[in-house]
Amino acid sequence: MTEKKKRLAIIASKADIPGAYPPLILASTAAAMDYEVGIFFTFFGLNMLKKNKLNKLKVTPAGETAMPMPIPQIVGMLPGMTGMATMMMKSWMKGANVAKLQELMDLSVEAGVQLIACQMTMDVMNFKRKDLIDECIVGGAATFLEFASEADVTLYI
Amino acid sequence: MSDIKINKTLDAKNLSCPLPILKTKKAIDSIAIGEYLEVIATDPGSVTDFDAWSRSTGHELVEQSEDGGVYKFVIKKTK
Repeated sequence: MTEKKKRLAIIASKADIPGAYPPLILASTAAAMDYEVGIFFTFFGLNMLKKNKLNKLKVTPAGETAMPMPIPQIVGMLPGMTGMATMMMKSWMKGANVAKLQELMDLSVEAGVQLIACQMTMDVMNFKRKDLIDECIVGGAATFLEFASEADVTLYI
Repeated sequence: MSDIKINKTLDAKNLSCPLPILKTKKAIDSIAIGEYLEVIATDPGSVTDFDAWSRSTGHELVEQSEDGGVYKFVIKKTK
């Protein structure tokens, strides 16, 4: 059993609903496939590590031309439309029995997925360490690259 | 394959990707090497996913079947 584990390295740069799911689905699944997994959360993606934030992420209809909502793009920019699109998206996902983001994060943490918060983004967005969940570590580009240099799969999301 | 004794059954019905695989991983960790885990799922994607998962982890997918949209997988824990 000294066989070297496969490794997955992900950069998570988004924190709307469609951007937040792929890193957590792939990370938790890879961990279940006995991979070593690390996710580097940068720019807006860092919001995924904020305490009590994950289930409050939204989806905006503006610019999402493939949203299954029969409304013109300009209407999508009106106040309240993001909230409505988020509500609809969540109800479709619930209907399809998709796990909540928090559940996927909990399973990832439990499976030993390494969560790296981007220090530079923390400075830009004025996030303090205490704003982020306890399970993450704070690092920079070199921290991620050292981990990714040994990875079998590397993804930018 | 009626000579196989199932040691644990996981009900993963009505769960979407990736939950059947995540729960299977937990269940396989809870049985002993050489024992058998049975997983019942309704996600059609689980057919290719369980193939990939077993090849990747080395656990043996010894049986799989489908009956009216319900998929059954029997996995032998190998390590």
